[in-house]
Amino acid sequence: MIAFNKYYNKFNILSVSLVIVSLLLLTFKGLNFGIDFKGGTLIELRSTDSKINVSSLRDNLSQMNLGDVSVKNFGNETDFLIKFENNENKNVIEEIKKNLDKSFGNSFNFRRVENVGPKVSAELLRSGVIAISVALFLMLVYIWIRFEWQFSLGAIAALFHDVIVTLGLFSLLGLEINLSIIAAVLTIVGYSMNDTVVIFDRVRENLRKYSDIKIFELTNISINETLSRTLITSVTTLLALLSIFFFGGEVLKGFSLAMIFGVIFGTYSSIYIANTVLVRLNVSQKTVLREDKN
Amino acid sequence: MLYFSKLRIIFITLISLLFIIFALSNLFNFDNKILNKKINLGLDLQGGSYLLLEIDNDPVIEQKLQNFTVTIRNYFKEKNIRITNFKLSNQTLSFTSDENSKQTILDEFASEESELNPYYQRFKSHQLDIVEENNFFKVSFSKQGIINLKTSSQDQALEIVRRRIDEIGTNEPNILKRGNDRILVELPGLDDPMRIKSLLGKTANLTFRFVTNDTEGSFGAEKLEFEDGTEEAIVSKRIILSGENLLDAQPRMDTENNETVVTFSLDRVGAKRFGKATSTGIGKRLAIVLDGKVISAPVIRDTIATGSGQISGGFTFQSATDLALLLRSGALPAPLNIIEERTVGPDLGQDSINAGMIALLIGFILVKLYIFVKYKIFGIITNIALILNLFILVGILTIFEATLTLPGIAGIILTVGMAVDANVLIFERIKEELKSEKNNLIAFDSGYTKSRTAILDANITTLLAAIILFFMGSGPIKGFSLTLGIGIFTTLFTVYFIARLLTVLYVSKNKEKEGLI
Repeated sequence: MIAFNKYYNKFNILSVSLVIVSLLLLTFKGLNFGIDFKGGTLIELRSTDSKINVSSLRDNLSQMNLGDVSVKNFGNETDFLIKFENNENKNVIEEIKKNLDKSFGNSFNFRRVENVGPKVSAELLRSGVIAISVALFLMLVYIWIRFEWQFSLGAIAALFHDVIVTLGLFSLLGLEINLSIIAAVLTIVGYSMNDTVVIFDRVRENLRKYSDIKIFELTNISINETLSRTLITSVTTLLALLSIFFFGGEVLKGFSLAMIFGVIFGTYSSIYIANTVLVRLNVSQKTVLREDKN
Repeated sequence: MLYFSKLRIIFITLISLLFIIFALSNLFNFDNKILNKKINLGLDLQGGSYLLLEIDNDPVIEQKLQNFTVTIRNYFKEKNIRITNFKLSNQTLSFTSDENSKQTILDEFASEESELNPYYQRFKSHQLDIVEENNFFKVSFSKQGIINLKTSSQDQALEIVRRRIDEIGTNEPNILKRGNDRILVELPGLDDPMRIKSLLGKTANLTFRFVTNDTEGSFGAEKLEFEDGTEEAIVSKRIILSGENLLDAQPRMDTENNETVVTFSLDRVGAKRFGKATSTGIGKRLAIVLDGKVISAPVIRDTIATGSGQISGGFTFQSATDLALLLRSGALPAPLNIIEERTVGPDLGQDSINAGMIALLIGFILVKLYIFVKYKIFGIITNIALILNLFILVGILTIFEATLTLPGIAGIILTVGMAVDANVLIFERIKEELKSEKNNLIAFDSGYTKSRTAILDANITTLLAAIILFFMGSGPIKGFSLTLGIGIFTTLFTVYFIARLLTVLYVSKNKEKEGLI
């Protein structure tokens, strides 16, 4: 049996610091919102001429008065991603096409064009925030119905930890937040909850079974009993996610990366946050039995 | 938990077979309508264009209030009430009257039978709101009035948008209302939406009006630019003909001048008016105005009584074709703005399909290998259930002809990763039970029973997240929540029916064997 409970305090301090650092990052550095949430234009180009590189493309586009243009390679040397804020010019894509054809001689294939107006991006951001809030709220309600309040608190603490730290990591690394990241965050919420609930289910079962074991020991027993399941499921989920990350194409990279972080944090938080809340609230057999009577 | 009746086994086999057939039907073509169902590929996979259009209703509101000034003046004139000082600003029409008529005017606006101010019985609201202060009236659209106006202009705009897109002839366009002032257009297979965008961006409000020098005429006049920007002309506000009078318009090559023109034919009312205008106005210039710009202003040489004519204006064949198309499909009630556009080229779509399939295959194999190493014979059982899970999931998507997107494929891969969780929970539980229970059958039975709540909890939480995403998310993300959500049900089915059935068959044959799992 692994003595997870030996490190409860140390990891609690770590988690609290991680959350604080993440919140500081989110407040002061902020998130790198993509055009879905900030508005603007995105163009994915593939060139047939291998001599064309990011700087020649950037030089060419910077003469077009597009404002702050970002040009970078996307996946490989001949694919480029161009992004800029597009405030008024409606025919900008046509102009860029003409300009590039003139300068580089028809060597570009416009693979993807996205243009999101300011009104739509504001709405998408709002509905994204609402979606995550509603998800957190529903999870809270669900766990409230299923478990005693001490357990709900533990699960919600773990959930907030996972969401905040994942977003904090995105802020730290400057990774782009787009619509698929919202999907990833919501899936993380589901996964983290799932993981916590499995351990909690066992904690409650053991609470009913043993009256003489303190919660500090009891959580450790429960974690160990469910450990192989926790690991196997994390491994299979990570295998699936890693294959999306490496083979699923550029579009899904951010999504799968967020999910990979989330699964790791989710597994960690079920053990070191959800359970320690139970310990700190001094949950005992009485907590479960009282509920049973009701 | 370990008993399966014969009937149930047959039932499970039939259901599985049914879904497998549907899943496989994606690969073949059948004459049968039911069997020939296919999963729809989202725009991100097959390539295509997604456009969100917003109707700018402000000009419509202004126009309606402008028209209302004439109505209201004439209406009260008959009742010998003088209304003066009309002013229109900020979507509010203001006017003044005298003390004696004040109450009559207010009563007229407040009456449920009012001809001036329609009353919507269903919403308990008038079309217009009126405020009075010192004989100074302010009229504006009520909340319900605005809603009605928006809905009707959305209906009209939708019809015109559909006509324009149909004229171009793209594959199965999807044109839908969104809210009360937006229209969503999905154009599969279209990788260059430039032409459609420029066609949808035009209101196509066509008028024929005389060019005058007299700015003080009874209808007023305005200075308009030519389309090519070379010239300006003062054009009367009196409308001789408008696009509504057009029956047909076609591009044509005018062999005489060797130039592309748009020929048009008019309805009876239009032909009559056109004949009259051309007979009285010989020698004058008739401006052809489209969306506030003069296309051309030819001098009238002859009376045209045939009800047909032609517009020249330095067109290329393409621009003449487009103008004819716009004139045929009619004017939009209000300008449309494209507020969101997402276009994916067909080769990127194909690349995404390939990448998604490779990721699915590799993820699938890795998970299967890992599970096999962990559980041996029960790993094989889990893997069989996993394969069926995938088939049933694809089968369900096919039956409902659901739309598969790239995030949707990610949802399937994620389902593969998470689907084994339920079996892992069960097998781990059985292992624990076997520590204290020597009878294999009892241990397996209680393993299944005791793991059930944890499995349900785990799946409900994921399902909640998927449902929220489905209702909040848009486009591709919806596809992710769809596959993730359906995946939960197919997982539970395969775990509790297929994997359990196989487990039961194996365990009942090896009742006495020790260290079974």
